[in-house]
Amino acid sequence: MAHIPDGVLSAPVLIGGAVLSIGLLTIALRRLDDERLPAAAVLSAAFFVSSLVTIPIGPTSVHLLLNGLMGLLLGWTAIPALFVALLLQAAFFGYGGILVLGVNTLNMALPALLCAVLFTPWLRRIAPAQCFWIGAAAGLFGVLFTGGLVALSLSLSGEAFHTAAEVLFASYLPLALVEALMTGTVLTFLQRVSPELLNSLVVLRD
Amino acid sequence: MVAATPQFAAFVSQLALFLPTASGWICARDPRLRIVATGVFALVTVNFTHLFTLLLALLCAVIALINSGGWRRWRQLLALESVMLLLLLTLPLTTPGTALFTIGEFSASHAGLSLALTLLLKANAVVLMLLALVGSLEPMQFGHALARLGVSEKLVHLLLLTIRQIHLLYQEFIRLRQAMRARAFVPRSDRHTWHSYGWLMGMLLVRSLTRSQRLAAAMRLRGFHGRLYLIDVWIWHWQRTDTAAALGFALFLSSLMAMDWQL
Repeated sequence: MAHIPDGVLSAPVLIGGAVLSIGLLTIALRRLDDERLPAAAVLSAAFFVSSLVTIPIGPTSVHLLLNGLMGLLLGWTAIPALFVALLLQAAFFGYGGILVLGVNTLNMALPALLCAVLFTPWLRRIAPAQCFWIGAAAGLFGVLFTGGLVALSLSLSGEAFHTAAEVLFASYLPLALVEALMTGTVLTFLQRVSPELLNSLVVLRD
Repeated sequence: MVAATPQFAAFVSQLALFLPTASGWICARDPRLRIVATGVFALVTVNFTHLFTLLLALLCAVIALINSGGWRRWRQLLALESVMLLLLLTLPLTTPGTALFTIGEFSASHAGLSLALTLLLKANAVVLMLLALVGSLEPMQFGHALARLGVSEKLVHLLLLTIRQIHLLYQEFIRLRQAMRARAFVPRSDRHTWHSYGWLMGMLLVRSLTRSQRLAAAMRLRGFHGRLYLIDVWIWHWQRTDTAAALGFALFLSSLMAMDWQL
């Protein structure tokens, strides 16, 4: 789970996360002009619905984070999209909390942004058949980096949380593999069915 | 609904445009007050150090949840409790202090157990209060109240449009999922399932993009030129009971704080 509850993290971590999130959110909102607001909203909603789908693995099932794919397709717009999703989940579903919203947003949004920077240039350069691997890399990277940040925010809050942080990070490993497979599949699908979607989303990406 | 888990359907119905108006003293209060009160409550509660004050805060949150009718959604707390369970299991073993009991070479400390209990109470009190005061708002009301509290208008518009679209895309998802069921698709833990779900998500994205083009066209047709206006459907009158509620809540929290210092 990428949602850290309230009361666990220490004040410096909370304040640091909130300040960085507000900064990123301000930049992202400035880059998103009002004309593209409808497109951003519809795609955020599509990702929100997709992340609620339960994927069976072995005896249990998981929900995808999808922040790698969001970074690839939305670029900077992924930050307000993720913030809106986390806000709705906190306020209406009871996932996470209020004061930790900044840290939780940062933990999800920073990997998405790095995915956009690292992998989007490859989308144009690589042969269409190789799309799967870019998606898989983005999915893997997004989940592992988010897991690392969650573990880091726990460990920074106190010595006693080290073991919990390690266990939590380990629980992200199987999710990362499923996420890599799914993200690669989605990207291959998009490349085959509507390659123009990957191009037309450039308007949201920059 | 077998297509989606019942939990899933409950989640999305929580974001419906118009919910049946909840009755109760809390639901009649001003939305802005409820959002601010939740924030203040969270800020005060996470700083408590004594179990007794935390228990009182939790009790207050439980009463608020019962009053607002949100207790019917207790199932949503399971996700929170799974994270807390991990902390509850590891913290006593990793915090140094006088040993409470020993399992093999690990010893559970008294300090660790009380730290874990403190965290459990804090997290639950905040989430229960959040579900009671904010979770009982209509999502649209929530967005408008945030805008009135000074949140960036662009962000609020994105929030409001997203809430609406989640509903529409969920319908789209059900249609696609039913088409799969009609072709005898049963989710299993195998490559075929993951592949099919990948395509389902991809299709959802393709449809959402065409939907966004239609939405943008429809908005432009109605004179959208890059700016939206907040039209308050709800006329919010700050009532005397709201002032009384705000004062009472402030008094309650400050007396809890005083008690926490005294103990």
